[in-house]
Amino acid sequence: MATAETSYDALNLPPHFIESATPAADWILIWPVALTLLGSGLLVMLRGNRTAQVGFAAAITLAVVISNIYLLLRVFEVGPIAMTMGKWLPPFGITFVADMTSALFCLAASLSTLVVIFYAQIELDDREHRFGFYPLVLLLLCGVCGSFLTGDIFNLYVWFEVMLISSFGLLILGGRKVQLDGAVKYGFLNLLATTFFLVAIAYTYGLTGSLNVADIAQKAGDMPLGSMVSVAALFLLAFGIKAAAFPANAWLPAAYHTPSISVSALFGGMLTKVGAYALYRVLVLIMPEGRDFLEPAIIAIAVATMVLGPLGALAQTNIRRAIGFMVIGGIGVLFAGLAINSMHGVGGGVIYAMHSILTLTALYLIGGLVERMSGTNDIRFMGGIYGASALLSIAFIILVFAVAGLPPFLGFWPKLLLVEGAIRVGDWLLVAGLLINSLLTLIAASRLWAHIFWRNGHEGERSEQANETLRLLTPHEIRLGMVPALALIAVIVGMGLFPDWVFSAGGIAAMDMLSPDRYISAVFAEVPQP
Amino acid sequence: MEIALVGLVTLFFAVALYLILSKSIIRMLLGVVVLGNAVHLLIFTIGRLTTEIPPIIPAGTYVPLEGSANPLPQALILTAIVISFALFAFLLVLGYRAYEELDADNTDNMRLAEPEDAPRPPFSY
Repeated sequence: MATAETSYDALNLPPHFIESATPAADWILIWPVALTLLGSGLLVMLRGNRTAQVGFAAAITLAVVISNIYLLLRVFEVGPIAMTMGKWLPPFGITFVADMTSALFCLAASLSTLVVIFYAQIELDDREHRFGFYPLVLLLLCGVCGSFLTGDIFNLYVWFEVMLISSFGLLILGGRKVQLDGAVKYGFLNLLATTFFLVAIAYTYGLTGSLNVADIAQKAGDMPLGSMVSVAALFLLAFGIKAAAFPANAWLPAAYHTPSISVSALFGGMLTKVGAYALYRVLVLIMPEGRDFLEPAIIAIAVATMVLGPLGALAQTNIRRAIGFMVIGGIGVLFAGLAINSMHGVGGGVIYAMHSILTLTALYLIGGLVERMSGTNDIRFMGGIYGASALLSIAFIILVFAVAGLPPFLGFWPKLLLVEGAIRVGDWLLVAGLLINSLLTLIAASRLWAHIFWRNGHEGERSEQANETLRLLTPHEIRLGMVPALALIAVIVGMGLFPDWVFSAGGIAAMDMLSPDRYISAVFAEVPQP
Repeated sequence: MEIALVGLVTLFFAVALYLILSKSIIRMLLGVVVLGNAVHLLIFTIGRLTTEIPPIIPAGTYVPLEGSANPLPQALILTAIVISFALFAFLLVLGYRAYEELDADNTDNMRLAEPEDAPRPPFSY
């Protein structure tokens, strides 16, 4: 034994293991992932029992929401928290890190999932239950939270794939022809995007010798600028496809309207924002020089996406496809935040993403209720729902204002920050893009409202006659469909009326992104300093 | 050795992208397989192919021999192989089901989700 110790000492290596256990409070970091993974496994075992499935899924998601709230409060209190798996010292172990950005995104994602779990009750049949709707939803949330919380770039790829494979399952659940058609396009494009992401990871590893986000952020400065710009461009391409930014947006309106509306709501709310989150993480925190070089391209993508998204929505007669194009418009706004890259830009972008997750989920859900009342998804044959359900029309018009970014709803504040940030850096193209985006989204969304609620009957000559095909929502649909959707809208309105904490959270998020000292020192807290 | 593998990776990427750009689903699927292998080879090459010493720590010492191979790319490739194989299997079944249900292998004919003669939006309001 003595010789072994001597030879170890002779090596004079720094210790490679974390000696102390992670503080119990910081275990909160892995709860969102652990709970959902465990829960989806349990739910597969329970697949015969419909009631138990719903109850379990709701309980687990509620637990995830609560742990995410606790995580957010803890990040407010102590700053970014980190945990490295398997006692390996970072950068060797896989690290989970939560800074304000991760915590906000996680909370928004779990909130919308909770609402969708209730809402799904009104439209799923027994077959879809047995084939695993709820396990797949929990797995999707697991992938999304994992992507937000991981501090290891290869691990991020793995979470992307977890998310991708469960989204495939959800997309084709039900097996209608139109779903298969949409899934083929969604599948190929997203597989291509994650493969490009993997290529970019490979180059990052080759250039820096590390996969840990905090470690790469420290070492990225040593990269030659040319290599860094190429890698950053690859990341931009990969996450641009995932986020459905302009030249690569065609897969989203081809696929998002095909599955059941709960699945559309989950996808429209969360999935594209994961791409945007990863882009912020990589381009702002890891490779700021690469981002600076690519800024003209990012501005072009942002403006094109912001203008073309709502224009696409204007041209649609299918309500789901129209909302899908609004999702794309929101992604343009997130790219604008990335292009501004100041406290205002990144902070506004993070808050906007949170708003976008909640608002678009709610918009899809209310759109689904409208479809159930009118029995069609074509806005030309809706009409007259104002008379049938005034509450629904109020909910819809709130979401119209929220999605367009009018005060006092949550969408207004981040847009204000972004416009102010764009004016401060003197980028008038982005200012114009942001304002035109708001105007066009408002026109497209309020046109939807006018057609669905305001007008009396069908399109054309009969338009003054009442729409006789409407049916009222059943009590079951109101209890499980309308009430959760209204609760989500109440959250959106509440956050819009009291935006103080959202502002301070966005400020902290932007600060930790732009100068990642706190992030890096949280990850390397256990490493003894030489 | 690295130069040769870089050439091979380039070739793989070219073949894969050419196949994926075609309209036929079955050719796109073949492209996906080749693309996956291109990326695996790329990770392998990027981990530096400098030596033939296996990364195994000899008995009685605590560190691998000087100049032994980099073990991490193999772990990354293994993960990537599993994932890309799973996704390929899914896409293969999906492609087959789409062929059965939609009676189309050509993506030009898969217009169910996005009909070619989409109605014009209403002119009112």
